[in-house]
Amino acid sequence: MKPRFLLLAALLVALAAFPLVAPMLGMEFYIGFVRRVLVVALAAASLNFILGFGGMVALGHAGFIGVGAYTVVALSDAGVASAWLLWPAAALVAGLAAALIGTVALRTRGVYFIMTTLAFAQMLYFVAVSLRNYGGDDGYTLPARPTLGLGIDLGNETHFYWLVLALVALLLAWMQRATRSRFGHALMGIRDNEVRMRALGYPVFRIQLVAFAIAGAIAGLAGALLAGGNGFISPGAMHWTQSATLVVMVVIGGLGRSWGGPVGAVVWLLLEEVLKQYTDHWHLPLGLLLIAVALWAPKGLAALGRRHGPSRKKKTEAA
Amino acid sequence: MTSILILEQLLNGLGYGLMLFLLAAGLTLVFGIMDVLNLAHGSLFMAGAYVAAEAHTRSGSFVAAIVLAVVVTVIVAALLEMLLMRQLYKRDHLAQVLATFGVILVADDLVKMIWGPSPVMAPTPAALSGPIELVPGLPYPAYRLVILGAGVLVALALYLLVNHTRVGMRVRAGASDRPMAELMGVRVGRIFNGVFLLGAALAALAGALMGPIVAVQVGMGEQILIPALVVLVIGGIGSVRGAFIAALLVGLVDTIGRAFMPMLLRATLPPATAADLGPLFAEVAMYALMVAVLIFRPSGLFSARA
Repeated sequence: MKPRFLLLAALLVALAAFPLVAPMLGMEFYIGFVRRVLVVALAAASLNFILGFGGMVALGHAGFIGVGAYTVVALSDAGVASAWLLWPAAALVAGLAAALIGTVALRTRGVYFIMTTLAFAQMLYFVAVSLRNYGGDDGYTLPARPTLGLGIDLGNETHFYWLVLALVALLLAWMQRATRSRFGHALMGIRDNEVRMRALGYPVFRIQLVAFAIAGAIAGLAGALLAGGNGFISPGAMHWTQSATLVVMVVIGGLGRSWGGPVGAVVWLLLEEVLKQYTDHWHLPLGLLLIAVALWAPKGLAALGRRHGPSRKKKTEAA
Repeated sequence: MTSILILEQLLNGLGYGLMLFLLAAGLTLVFGIMDVLNLAHGSLFMAGAYVAAEAHTRSGSFVAAIVLAVVVTVIVAALLEMLLMRQLYKRDHLAQVLATFGVILVADDLVKMIWGPSPVMAPTPAALSGPIELVPGLPYPAYRLVILGAGVLVALALYLLVNHTRVGMRVRAGASDRPMAELMGVRVGRIFNGVFLLGAALAALAGALMGPIVAVQVGMGEQILIPALVVLVIGGIGSVRGAFIAALLVGLVDTIGRAFMPMLLRATLPPATAADLGPLFAEVAMYALMVAVLIFRPSGLFSARA
């Protein structure tokens, strides 16, 4: 436990120091990139919460990112500038949307659940396309970064980066704790044996719905951070291929692994960034990687290094 | 005037529905029998469209182009089946989604390498380029009539094959209860190979036929994949009859949303609001239909495993 804690602390310090060091190395451009990776890692982790720990294969997570982002757009357009209002509102609206969608989708199972979540996300996508006041298909450029007060200037790239880092770290830690709480164990129990959990008297539907809404809310916040950071959002961010990419990140990283979401997001976005510099055909190697992971590393990259870790323990538990 | 417009739109919807059926029929059988969710089905559709466009432009023969498109796509599908799908049969849906999403990425880039990133021109055969007057006052493009006819013919052939032949009986047996069918001596594995290739051939046919009326471009597979999956889910997994009815439903609902809702909205709402809402209804109609069906029948209309 101890070395792991030290590793985490070192990672956090390194990430926090990055915007100070980057200009010296001429890598200022990458401050924005790392910020984006952090936000996507948060979104992927929230998907892993329901997909990996909850066993709900949701193929519409990008929809909630979009709901969060467009909540920020709508409020900014109406003149709201305070992050204290914008970001909680984004999480709240996305969480509510997830609760509503979950109420319908969680009645179905298996591939029908996949398709229902996909259908709702596509509807949200087309709603965003039809919002002509907010740019429709072309997207919307936010007038300015939100304001926070407390002496933090969100217009400053470094300040914004630090705030994102703090929020992402806090929420990742919180999700970590949530998966180890009674609630998290009940969620995993439902994933592993729904019938038994029902027989034991657990409110299966309610537990799944709460998890689904929490994941939606966190994705909504990620959307707000994404839109706030880039100063721009377009419906393209909620297209179904984006949802599929998030699922891909989680599976690559490791389903139901505490670091699965972030690892997958980092690996995917880094590869994308690097490959783009060398070739126009960067989809091809990524596709081959996906096939390779599906065939040979089904438990994801986060599970590769630890053959003797929890995976074996899990087997004995199951036996 | 309006009744003619309605008839024209209904024919368009029917044509679109029949093409969706060609795609969904393969998907639903592959899914029903082997429990494999193949996202790369749309890529086979794209392959058919590209090969047909290329062959038609070069040879000038539309029939030869379609035959070549089907043959090439079936060969590609056979390779795909041998190299990848076989490893995925025993795996969960997530691994299948991951691997076949990978295939989509690879296929799109391969097509981009061969044909370039911009759309390819798929010519309409010269003999069919003019309109035919179906009823007085309704000139309908001859080519779209060919699509309608081909769709009906293939659907009929598929119906006879699945419901009135010995092979079809085995296919249905495999789709409704695979282990039981195997115990009764059906070689489900071999049947599946055939079904997978048949599905690929139908997808290629749909791609080749649709080419001249849609844009033949990278990403067209993903665009049609989602409606095909919607059809699969509405119809119920493993049911060809369900896929047929669902495909026509989706085709009609899509047309109603696209053509009639805007008219209705323009008649009832202020023009600006109507212009905003019109396209929204068009795109959302199909998904709303699916959600409505799933609320009342959580495993589709005619699930083979119900």
